[in-house]
Amino acid sequence: MNFNLFYHIGRYILLLRQAFAKPENWSMYWKETMRQMEDIGIGSLVIVALISIFMGAVAAVQFSYQLDGTLVPQYYIGYIVRDLAIIESAPTITCLVLAGKVGSNLAAELGTMRQKEHIDAMELMGVNTAAYLILPKIIAAVVMIPLLVTLSAYVAIIGGYLATVPTGALSSDDYERGLRAFFQPRNVTMMYVKAVVFSFILTTGPIFQGYYVRGGNIELGKASTNAVVFSNILILLSDYLIAVLLTG
Amino acid sequence: MIRAENIIKRFGEQEVLKGVSMEFLPGKTNLIIGRSGAGKTVFLKILVGLMEPTDGKVWYDSVDFFSLNKKQVREIRLKVGMLFQGSALFDSMKVAENVRFPLDMFSNLTLAEKNQRVDWCLERVGLTGAHDQYPSESSGGMQKRVGIARAIVMEPKYLFCDEPNSGLDPRTALLIDELIQDITYDYKMTTIINTHDMNSVMEIGDNIAYLHEGRLAWEGSKDEVLTSENELLQGFIFASPFLQRLRAAALKNG
Repeated sequence: MNFNLFYHIGRYILLLRQAFAKPENWSMYWKETMRQMEDIGIGSLVIVALISIFMGAVAAVQFSYQLDGTLVPQYYIGYIVRDLAIIESAPTITCLVLAGKVGSNLAAELGTMRQKEHIDAMELMGVNTAAYLILPKIIAAVVMIPLLVTLSAYVAIIGGYLATVPTGALSSDDYERGLRAFFQPRNVTMMYVKAVVFSFILTTGPIFQGYYVRGGNIELGKASTNAVVFSNILILLSDYLIAVLLTG
Repeated sequence: MIRAENIIKRFGEQEVLKGVSMEFLPGKTNLIIGRSGAGKTVFLKILVGLMEPTDGKVWYDSVDFFSLNKKQVREIRLKVGMLFQGSALFDSMKVAENVRFPLDMFSNLTLAEKNQRVDWCLERVGLTGAHDQYPSESSGGMQKRVGIARAIVMEPKYLFCDEPNSGLDPRTALLIDELIQDITYDYKMTTIINTHDMNSVMEIGDNIAYLHEGRLAWEGSKDEVLTSENELLQGFIFASPFLQRLRAAALKNG
């Protein structure tokens, strides 16, 4: 078991080393990166926006309920929604969702290419498949996912506003006052550190699973599931480590 | 010329290839035939370098393939074209983009020159006007043709075909065989075809190698197949009682 773990870690590192090789043709890599950016970024806009608006709304409603009748000022709702979105929900929940959407898609795409001999065909043409098929995906994810996380944070704050102000739970001025209170720029830095680390995890893990898939459709399904499960575990683990490191 | 020298391949305890040596000549269609599980696909994958042998060497002219570094391997691969069993066309690309892909990746030609080359290749395989179709919109025979067009677009010196007729009706299979043979003769390629299609053996087998249980059991031309006394080969070629009776009658009548 331990031996297997080291074997897979070694293989993962070797795959990444091959992926970061010099491209054979820059324009082809650029084209592929743009295609992946559209897939990962534009293709995930709706789901990220939808999840974020509800995360913000639920957080606002819950805290409004918790703070009701206490000595804590009501404008704290805006402050809590903002920091919850920036520190945790925007980077972590968004990336957990993207691990399911983007991660399983990457594992299935590469796994299918392996099974249909597309990867062998490219290898035979002389293409460094690890680089051509993997590097554009990593670059696209590391660029687009932090942008999605930024969008998620904004939309969550809007969600909190929509859940409290129109319903009369809080005035618009109070919500805005909360949003401006106790702001620490380093929380935004933490959000981006998490976004970059998580996006790397949620692409390279599934890519590794898909690239080396062997067997038929059952194995491909397993690889896709494993990709999501492992990515989620690693995202949560690194979330904890980043929190410890950046808040200590 | 491609030469395999004492190729041995083991998967754990199982020995799939047991010291196979063969020579494949330029300008000829070289066929590797054998029953399922005889080691044909493993042998072909070793020849193209997609799999490493446990022991033995593969020579591309005077170059020992498995002693090359990555850069040298890529240089050799630019001279290799391959038609895969399932054609291995990229689903997200149109026919013309599939054929142009190696040129886009490795050539310094202008777009107009590349398109001209793609037009020529598609015309060569009889697919003029199919540029904008997706592989999923094409029949099995068309996909094989596109696969051949992509395999020859870089003007390779060596052409490999893995089961080029699988899944095709006999008529289309014959057309694909003829196309591969014409291309081989016209461009003096070293063509290696992995097949168990008997029509191919009889029609285009300039040089035939029969693999049996991981060993080279027989080697000869299509004309020698019928008259060979090799029992293993005869058991494979004339597997059905009908063909056995036909052969007996043919031999009896000289």
